[in-house]
Amino acid sequence: MDILDEIKKDYVQDLIRKSKRADERDFFSYRKIKVEKGIFPAAEGSARVRLGDTQVVVGVKLGVGEPFSDRPDEGVLSTSAELLPLASPTFEPGPPDESAIELARVVDRGIRSSSAVNLHSLFIEDNLVWALFLDIYVLDHDGNLIDASALAAMAALSNAKLPKYEDGKILRDESSGGLKIDNKAVTCTFAKIDSKIVLDPSLDEEKAMDARLTIATTPTNICAIQKGGKGGFLIDEISELIDLSFKNGDGLRKLIE
Amino acid sequence: MEKMKLIIDGKRLDGRDLSELRPIKIQAGILNKADGSAYIEWGKNKILAAVYGPRECIPHHEASPYRAVIHCRYSMAPFSSLEEHGRSGPSRRSMEISKVIREVFENVIITEQFPKTAIDIFIEILQADGGTRCAGITAAAVALANAGIPMKDLPCAVAAVKIDGQIGVDSAKLEDNFGEGDMPIAIATRKNELLLIQMDGMMSKEEFLKAISMAVEASSKINALQTQALRELYSTKIGEIGPEESD
Repeated sequence: MDILDEIKKDYVQDLIRKSKRADERDFFSYRKIKVEKGIFPAAEGSARVRLGDTQVVVGVKLGVGEPFSDRPDEGVLSTSAELLPLASPTFEPGPPDESAIELARVVDRGIRSSSAVNLHSLFIEDNLVWALFLDIYVLDHDGNLIDASALAAMAALSNAKLPKYEDGKILRDESSGGLKIDNKAVTCTFAKIDSKIVLDPSLDEEKAMDARLTIATTPTNICAIQKGGKGGFLIDEISELIDLSFKNGDGLRKLIE
Repeated sequence: MEKMKLIIDGKRLDGRDLSELRPIKIQAGILNKADGSAYIEWGKNKILAAVYGPRECIPHHEASPYRAVIHCRYSMAPFSSLEEHGRSGPSRRSMEISKVIREVFENVIITEQFPKTAIDIFIEILQADGGTRCAGITAAAVALANAGIPMKDLPCAVAAVKIDGQIGVDSAKLEDNFGEGDMPIAIATRKNELLLIQMDGMMSKEEFLKAISMAVEASSKINALQTQALRELYSTKIGEIGPEESD
């Protein structure tokens, strides 16, 4: 039990009751977001997102392999997330824990459900498809890792080049073009603190929150939802947050163009 | 690959209407050693839930001086599905599901009554046919009540589904795999508060609102089955206590 956390929690809750946030943001605005693409030329695609003091990089690597038996004509997408020990005093080395797994799976769900990457376009020949590895590396943790990671993942995918595959060899220096991106899925994450709801929680706000709701959207559809934390949400609250997610989605998509 | 049709002549593949649940049977108190237990058959799903605690919290450093900590383990038996033999031990999927189920019960259990202890919830999927997390939550709630653990509500869960462009409830395995959207929810029925909500697939806002209202409506039926299971267990016990017959 960290006593500082308890004090900060009281402070954040007290502010929220007065309709304020520590960094003087409105309840429904994001911190400053900066997106850089192509930061690691060795990878087929890459991007860095800074969301306030949170920093996440994503690398895309492509390999070839067998398709899943129930989807023989589709490439294989696999997403993982590493909460690096250098990103926070609370992250420990070792295999991914439940929060790293949840992070990767929520980002994956938004991308997969919306067919952000056209997996059919990753088919090579019978029993041979491209395997797309999406690796999320959290470098600095100041809250809302889901939105930062989802945005970095989408940016890295839209930046990625598909290598050539000839005579059983991957020619990484020769590109056959970019990945086929059919949709851009972005997420908006909200925190419920003392029965009020804010967008893009900072780390202190996450420590004070009862519950968290992430909504992934394309311009027209909801493509993933995930609730976290012990608190609950009412249907009317979720309905309002869906509207806000659509409203913010266009701005987020512009950042990764 | 041609898309599989999931609705034929207005009926789903197992003959159900869109708002119809699969048959559900719940039995409370069926394990001997656990402090509380329940068995649920939900369609072809066969699931056991057991509760131990409040008991000593292991590892000790996780214990809280303010409340009981909840541990939850959702796990699928390697023989539980029609496909090949599964891997035993936790997977990424089961770890995520364990987390979201734990959060449901962190909400309803009055943990402040048992500081420095742990309450362990085990959910074992013996046979799986879609909607196992929902059936697992429904059974675990009954097991917790059977263990006598105080709760603010008896939560239950059900998934809404989008199949062939239409919204329904309680997705079976094929509908999960080939439908256009799946949205499991867990609900505290007294306040209609959503304690778990996950969604994947594509839904418009209108479809989402329809899905959630159908799921909420179905949840009251499931809740009635949970209370009935508990009533069956305890009403028999009261009957057994009756005056001894003299001979």
